[in-house]
Amino acid sequence: MTLKTEPFVLNVGPQHPSTHGVFRMRATLDGEVVVDIEPIFGYLHRGIEKLAEERTYTGVIPLTDRLDYLSSMANNLGYCLAVEKLAGIPVPERAQYIRVIMAELQRIASHLIAVGAFLNDCGAFMTPIVYMIREREKILDLFDMVCGQRLTYNYMRPGGVSQEIPDEFLPALDKFLKQMPGWIDEYDQLLKENEILLARSKGVGTLSQELAISISASGPVLRGSGIKWDIRRADPYSIYERFEFDIPTGTVGDCYDRYRVRVEEMRQSLRILEQARQQIPGGEFRSKVPHLIRPPVGETYAHIEAPKGELGFYLVSDNSIAPYRCHVRAPSLLNVTALRDLMIGWKIADLILIFGSMDICMGEIDR
Amino acid sequence: MKFERYGIGIAKGLRVTFKHLFRRPVTVQYPEQKLHMSRRIRGNELIWDKDKCTGCATCAKTCPQGVIQVITSVDAVENKYVVEKFEVDTGYCISCGLCIEACPYEALYMGYAYERAKYRREDVIQTNEQLLPSADRLRSGYMYPEIAAQLPRQTLLLERITEEEE
Amino acid sequence: MMIFNPDPSSVRQMPTLAPDWPGGFWWHWLLFTVIIIAFVLLLVMGYIWLERRAMGRMQARLGPNRAGPFGLLQPVADALKVMLKEDIVPVNADKIVHLLAPIIAFAPVLIIFAVVPFANGALLADLNIGIVFVVAISSISTLGVFMAGWGSSNKYSLLGAMRNVASVVSYEIPVVLSIAGVVLITGSLSMNQIVLAQEIPFILLQPLGFLIFFIGGCAEINRSPFDLLEADSEIVAGFHTEYSGMKFAMFYLVEYAEALVISALITTLFLGGWRGPILPPWLWFLVKVMVVFFVMVWTRTTLPRVRIDQLMALAWKFLFPLALLNLFITGIEILAWPTAIAWLIPVNIAVMVILVLLWSKLFKLGWGRVEV
Ligand code: SF4
Ligand code: SF4
Repeated sequence: MTLKTEPFVLNVGPQHPSTHGVFRMRATLDGEVVVDIEPIFGYLHRGIEKLAEERTYTGVIPLTDRLDYLSSMANNLGYCLAVEKLAGIPVPERAQYIRVIMAELQRIASHLIAVGAFLNDCGAFMTPIVYMIREREKILDLFDMVCGQRLTYNYMRPGGVSQEIPDEFLPALDKFLKQMPGWIDEYDQLLKENEILLARSKGVGTLSQELAISISASGPVLRGSGIKWDIRRADPYSIYERFEFDIPTGTVGDCYDRYRVRVEEMRQSLRILEQARQQIPGGEFRSKVPHLIRPPVGETYAHIEAPKGELGFYLVSDNSIAPYRCHVRAPSLLNVTALRDLMIGWKIADLILIFGSMDICMGEIDR
Repeated sequence: MKFERYGIGIAKGLRVTFKHLFRRPVTVQYPEQKLHMSRRIRGNELIWDKDKCTGCATCAKTCPQGVIQVITSVDAVENKYVVEKFEVDTGYCISCGLCIEACPYEALYMGYAYERAKYRREDVIQTNEQLLPSADRLRSGYMYPEIAAQLPRQTLLLERITEEEE
Repeated sequence: MMIFNPDPSSVRQMPTLAPDWPGGFWWHWLLFTVIIIAFVLLLVMGYIWLERRAMGRMQARLGPNRAGPFGLLQPVADALKVMLKEDIVPVNADKIVHLLAPIIAFAPVLIIFAVVPFANGALLADLNIGIVFVVAISSISTLGVFMAGWGSSNKYSLLGAMRNVASVVSYEIPVVLSIAGVVLITGSLSMNQIVLAQEIPFILLQPLGFLIFFIGGCAEINRSPFDLLEADSEIVAGFHTEYSGMKFAMFYLVEYAEALVISALITTLFLGGWRGPILPPWLWFLVKVMVVFFVMVWTRTTLPRVRIDQLMALAWKFLFPLALLNLFITGIEILAWPTAIAWLIPVNIAVMVILVLLWSKLFKLGWGRVEV
């Protein structure tokens, strides 16, 4: 006798402990096995692209803070690069270094959250995320010191940064650089070789190279699949060509690889920070920029390697004080398109795990 | 998969958590214990210097949220604007600090205080006198290094946790 | 050192209680019931406190520290809060099942304490089948959990409940087999006799049995890393997603009372129960129970959660054969050397290490398609 079974639909999200915001997955399950999944988003849509069209070029910067709110500095940087490209604004040497320092600190902070949340999704009850948030807090303290906010920094401006870094910043950065490698090692001890974690994440949610490329994935998701593609190398922006760093890649593209790639990237970011700290020159922190920027008619696209992947800003100018069109290429949105292919055939527990390993941020997906 | 590591990974993890048992917790017991905020903190209020303000309304034009309202009248004798009303709807303010950056006459500051939640919606809209600096409405050093120098040093988590990593 | 031979004169005695109290049996019954329930509830509160504090400290936090000195009154405050909450029953819920579930889950856990000896003879009923009684009763809670999952008409709850049934059914077997090893040595099923027999704690004689019992016990009561039925990152809160107020409090109590049961059983079976030098017996018992629970908290803080198929694989492919082998080896040892057992300690530990290593080599997880 065969039992009559039927698949049932489970709504994971929008309010669910592990959907990292208001993401919803409509999963069709056969017992515990996922047979179909439909990602649904849009719950956090704030119309940022449209709002940008009626703000001045500077006034858009606070909006970019709210895209991927875990890496506002990177968003600031991406947007400012686009405006500079559009309006031909030079950036002083010192400002470039400050920007790189901020962007790399931000990468570490964002990856800490990504890794912590991923491990939390694996079921390590709060411990990793609490540890990682503690380290992130130290970075946020540094950001707080330079720009007065802990999450929405609004620090970079076309042509530099808004203020000079305070005197106590560099000593504090030195201290951070001294402590951080030890902490990363300790977190590796915590779970890197844990048998349960290996059993849970090795071979789970394998993103093949072909699929990764065809969905135009980027960032750690792409590199986890073993493709050496990092915009800091492939199309160097700012002053990244001056620094020495490796691009860590995974081998098979499973959840574990993505997790390892993030941890290794933190180490590489520390290397870049180390170099930037030594080379940072004196001078101006911002070039002379008119209060209201009026770029010539034209369009431009600038992209950076944000913590979550390739973050691009496409700006169209009609020679007014506000962008005619501002489009954001959000890395999370494109990475999330792989979800269905990765999840089918796995269990609910893996579904959460795979989702956690993509490291998405709803602020960026819905905009 | 095979348990090839025989639980060594698990043992390592257990060691880390056990070590933390004897470390200093990082919790700050907020209402009793307060940390010094950043000297450049963008607290949730704006502070306005009535004497310096010329009523040029640059701040109002810059504000991405449009929450500053400046109403002026012309003083023909002295040949200048008189600010009749300077109103900030702090409920919509995102504390971005662009207005402070824009003010050409250094008449606008971010507040140093961060505990400015209001019980009533109308209290959130602040007008003229409510915006002036006073003893408990300290100005923050955002965009003003000279003010920042007088404020207490920011407490850093980096410095509070002193144990060196093994 | 010798295997305990049941001495007929010591089997049926209650040294702590005067047999000729007025009312005799009923006084005994009433007194012990009240004491046991109060004790269990107090200890459960202690557990909740210990778990939250210890976990807090391991996570570089403080843990609850507001209510009372060191936050000791926090569980009381929690209990009060939860009791004052509105009791919400989902519209589609099977009302009766929904209502009965927490009670059915809660009662058996309390009943188990009837046979746990807190000191020599200090137990409600020194059943001569004590340990069998425990095994039989403890599984009833599962019914309550499944009723909760089914009755709430919530898919998450149902998934959690299914997982629970699966894990309990599988883990019961290795657990019982590892208990059998202890029973073989003691020659008695009575909990009190088992403690009396432990001249040396059985953890030394039965290291493998202890390991299996600990893992299996954790899985059965759904402590991390086997807390699949309420995996908060996957299925929200599992079977008690739809519970609130007093009913939720019951489930919360069950969870910790079960942890108390398992740690009391481990203490009784493997750690020498209330026996120990200097300190009074009940204190020894408490200390041992707390230490066992601390280890559980410790693993919960550190380890990620396993997946349902891995949970099953661990039970059937890892623990079950090992438990069988353990029983076999113990049997041979008892037949061959019934008296001299001091030198068996290193032998048994060596056997455990070899077996665990061997099985680790042979063990396959994840449908065999995962290789590390
Ligand atoms: S801080 Fe920003 S939002 Fe607030 S008033 Fe100033 S410019 Fe407007
Ligand atoms: S920009 Fe400064 S001077 Fe002009 S109205 Fe605003 S506060 Fe007054």
